[in-house]
Amino acid sequence: MSGFISRGFRGRRRTPEELADRLPPGQYYEPGFPVLTAGPTPDVATDTWTFRIDGMVAEPREWTWAELHELPLEQVPCDIHCVTKWSKLGTSFSGVSLDVLLEAAEPLGAYAMAHSHGGYTTNLAIEDLTGGRAWLATEHEGEPLPREHGGPARLLVPHLYFWKSAKWVAGLRVMDHDEPGFWEANGYHNRGDPWREERYWSD
Amino acid sequence: MRAPGRWQVATVTAIKRETPRVKSFRFRLPMWMPHLPGQHYDVRLTAPDGYRAQRSYSIASSPLDEGEIELTVDRLDDGEISTYFHDVLEEGDQVELRGPFASYFVWRGESPVLLVGGGSGVVPLMCILRHRRRIMPEVPMRLVYSVREAADVIYADELGAEATLTFTREPPAGWTGHRGRIDEALIGAAAAGTGGGLAFVCGSNGFVESAARLLLDAGFPAAAIRTERFGPTG
Repeated sequence: MSGFISRGFRGRRRTPEELADRLPPGQYYEPGFPVLTAGPTPDVATDTWTFRIDGMVAEPREWTWAELHELPLEQVPCDIHCVTKWSKLGTSFSGVSLDVLLEAAEPLGAYAMAHSHGGYTTNLAIEDLTGGRAWLATEHEGEPLPREHGGPARLLVPHLYFWKSAKWVAGLRVMDHDEPGFWEANGYHNRGDPWREERYWSD
Repeated sequence: MRAPGRWQVATVTAIKRETPRVKSFRFRLPMWMPHLPGQHYDVRLTAPDGYRAQRSYSIASSPLDEGEIELTVDRLDDGEISTYFHDVLEEGDQVELRGPFASYFVWRGESPVLLVGGGSGVVPLMCILRHRRRIMPEVPMRLVYSVREAADVIYADELGAEATLTFTREPPAGWTGHRGRIDEALIGAAAAGTGGGLAFVCGSNGFVESAARLLLDAGFPAAAIRTERFGPTG
């Protein structure tokens, strides 16, 4: 848009060329896995853990940790993009597809609010949670998901900015209307597509 | 015209060296609007061939500084924006900015407030402290600030009676105050000094994890602890 050039700026952290087309606009390549959380890290024990889908569904459903592990675990190689500008490319998670979980509950509404232990919420369209694009992830790169990255289980919705991939997720409440979750009410974009650079309300 | 979220070309009006690796940059903005203490701006640099880089930086100045903001930037050796700020930027230069953004890690005048910062995590906390000094000096507010050594103290000439420092590596000669990492005694004393309320914690992930744990132990409910983390976790 603008023809602005930063005097004396040449850029020194360019993405490796073979990865360049996997980096959305405004993102930079981050080999590590930074942690971003709005509050203290909750401690969620797997023996009392459940994941629940309720709200506007044909049948509210709840899974214990053991019941979740009876469902097929998929390996999900993916790139993840944080709205704070870093992207982690070529990482992998394992989890249960949200297609499997949502099919069991039969959503009657087109929107969902994901809610987490610790009180975090984020809103997603059912369309963004289905079609092989969203998982309930319990492993990262072959190891149990670390607590600071949302363990024991987090949402994984890699095609949206990573705040949508709610850590310590406890359930989904299906709704017939959309409403903003935590960051969506605090200045961040309602949908958060990194390829459209949907970072903030004004984008 | 005021336009949060639109890129604007700001002009550097002053540069202050805070420590050997930290400088504060004051910008004049054509589309300035008041921010909430704790909010951030995005910075975008563009190379002649079109290559661009973006980062977010916390605002250090009070929103009472009309038309201007101050960003305090820690120079990271492998950073591309922070090294540009430190090694290239001069007064009179122009930089593309947009903001202010995000409204969770912000102070809206709640009282009392405990601020806990590690290293350059003190920047958004100083924004809160500076604003409080100008508009609500009666609000009980304490800052616990952890640094490695004397040379790392940002805003050294502005830390008043409400600040408690601790040095994790090398305290200055003759130092009789706290040394070592923040602990139960330090957080407990500061919490007693404000009497509960809200806590804002900013620093590296490791720092924030341990500070948040200490605040929970000191009786702060999880919902009263707002955190901001930066840097890789290793």
